[in-house]
Amino acid sequence: MLKRVHFGPSILPFLLVAPQIAITLVFFIWPAGRALYQSFLIEDAFGLSTEFVWFENFAELFADETYAGAFGRTIFFSFLVAALSMSLALVLAGMADRVRRAATAYRTLLIWPYAVAPVVAGALWVFMFDPTLGIIAYALDWFGYDWNHKLNGGEAMALVVLAASWKQIPYNFLFFIAAMQAIPKSLTEAAAIDGAGPGRRFWTIVFPLISPTTFFLLVVNIVYAFFETFGIIHAVTKGGPGKATEILVYKVFNDGFIGLDLGGSAAQSVVLMAIVIVLTVIQFRYVERRVAY
Amino acid sequence: MIENRPLVTFLIHAVLILGVIIVAFPIWITFVAASHDAVRMTQVPLPLLPGTHFFENLQTTLFQGVGNARGQPIGPMLLNSLIMALMIAVGKIAISLLSAFAIVYFRFPFRMGFFWMIFITLMLPVEVRILPTFEVVANLGLLNSHWGLSIPLIASATATFMFRQVFLTVPDELLEAARVDGAGPMRFFKDILLPMSRTNIAALFVILFIYGWNQYLWPLLITTDKSMYTIVMSIKQMLEAAEEAPEWHLIMMTTLLAMLPPIVVVVAMQKLFVKGLTETEK
Repeated sequence: MLKRVHFGPSILPFLLVAPQIAITLVFFIWPAGRALYQSFLIEDAFGLSTEFVWFENFAELFADETYAGAFGRTIFFSFLVAALSMSLALVLAGMADRVRRAATAYRTLLIWPYAVAPVVAGALWVFMFDPTLGIIAYALDWFGYDWNHKLNGGEAMALVVLAASWKQIPYNFLFFIAAMQAIPKSLTEAAAIDGAGPGRRFWTIVFPLISPTTFFLLVVNIVYAFFETFGIIHAVTKGGPGKATEILVYKVFNDGFIGLDLGGSAAQSVVLMAIVIVLTVIQFRYVERRVAY
Repeated sequence: MIENRPLVTFLIHAVLILGVIIVAFPIWITFVAASHDAVRMTQVPLPLLPGTHFFENLQTTLFQGVGNARGQPIGPMLLNSLIMALMIAVGKIAISLLSAFAIVYFRFPFRMGFFWMIFITLMLPVEVRILPTFEVVANLGLLNSHWGLSIPLIASATATFMFRQVFLTVPDELLEAARVDGAGPMRFFKDILLPMSRTNIAALFVILFIYGWNQYLWPLLITTDKSMYTIVMSIKQMLEAAEEAPEWHLIMMTTLLAMLPPIVVVVAMQKLFVKGLTETEK
């Protein structure tokens, strides 16, 4: 990765990387180290004394039923978000790939939600589903369904899944359509000559050929659902009702900033870091292969 | 398209239009709600077509504020958001350009060490290290400042990788030629590398501006002073206030203002946006 022709050693390169490295050390590596260190400590209620307890925080965390619940809920939530948003995006991309007229217009109209912040997306959906006023809650009521996500945990989960998936459609759509457009036209034309209809061509040619993109998007969507949906949860349900929508990222925030359980929150941070590291490694191993593809 | 079957074409357009409606409906409803008065917004069913109070609501929101936060106008929050988004986007691009330049064009001790250190930031999103990072920022006295809002988010592995990739495709002859002409490293960087990566910088700027504008958790943690609030984080407080006095017409106007700048950027610079999105993922 170094250029064949390059500059010799001097003080200059150090100065060039200095700002990035300084910020990385001060705001990334040092805090991460602190989190790791704090996860081995227990602090008393007044913050007067701390005790080094090795893995006690982790043991407590894994024995804690609410944590196991949050873990399962996060996996369930990410799975639903990834499945819903990717399948909708796949259908739309498959259709948009086939139109000649107005293709750009459709794309322009479909990419808006990417620009909307998660918390704002939450606000939009909570407004539409507001049990007393919301327009969709009203429509559901007209069909005889009494919607109230403030009381019903299942409905609360459905609402955050909808909001989170809606926001992720444009991203998936753009990557799917890019992958589809990279497929040589001669392949689909040959299949058509052999008598394969549009559906058959999609499942036997297009779908297998875009599978690397599908896998890549799956990882990206899981990362998104794990870490970037905090704003949606915070705005829509605050983890409630009960703990019906409390996902891991929300729990770290809640235990650390509201509950002030430093050791426990740090241990949760460390677990989350481990998850990000695993997901990043998966993503990069895959990207390595894609380059050689 | 290969075969020409009118029914299939019709179905395709129908599905796409349905998709557009699903995607755009929440945004449309927001716009509609922002254009009615308080009385209409308490009557069920809520309107589906715009009303006549749009500019009135706009004025109230921008200069007076919403709900309990009356006297806390949205105008300054928009400015804070803009400053934060610009500082994050420009900062990330600047430091990433410099470090990618160093890593690609210089042989120096710890080069790969630095590279890996930057790589690690990818694995440490704010969400997983909120408490300790908050402590660091508090100790540095950066709470309630634009610096505190932006600097901790400025380190960027993805931007560094992208510029590294771009620089690697620059032909070696250019550096040789520049050297023959007597140009030093910084001259080469300024007069050759920067102009050559102009489109990449623009594409990245679009993505990073949206990223910066949409920050939520971080501003929420480090701003307690109302004059430092950003518009995106104010939405949550309004939703809470809505439990008692639902002023949905003003809340939705604020929501509209919060999402308008990034939407305008995405739609107006669509080509750059798509380029930026696909390239930062490589």
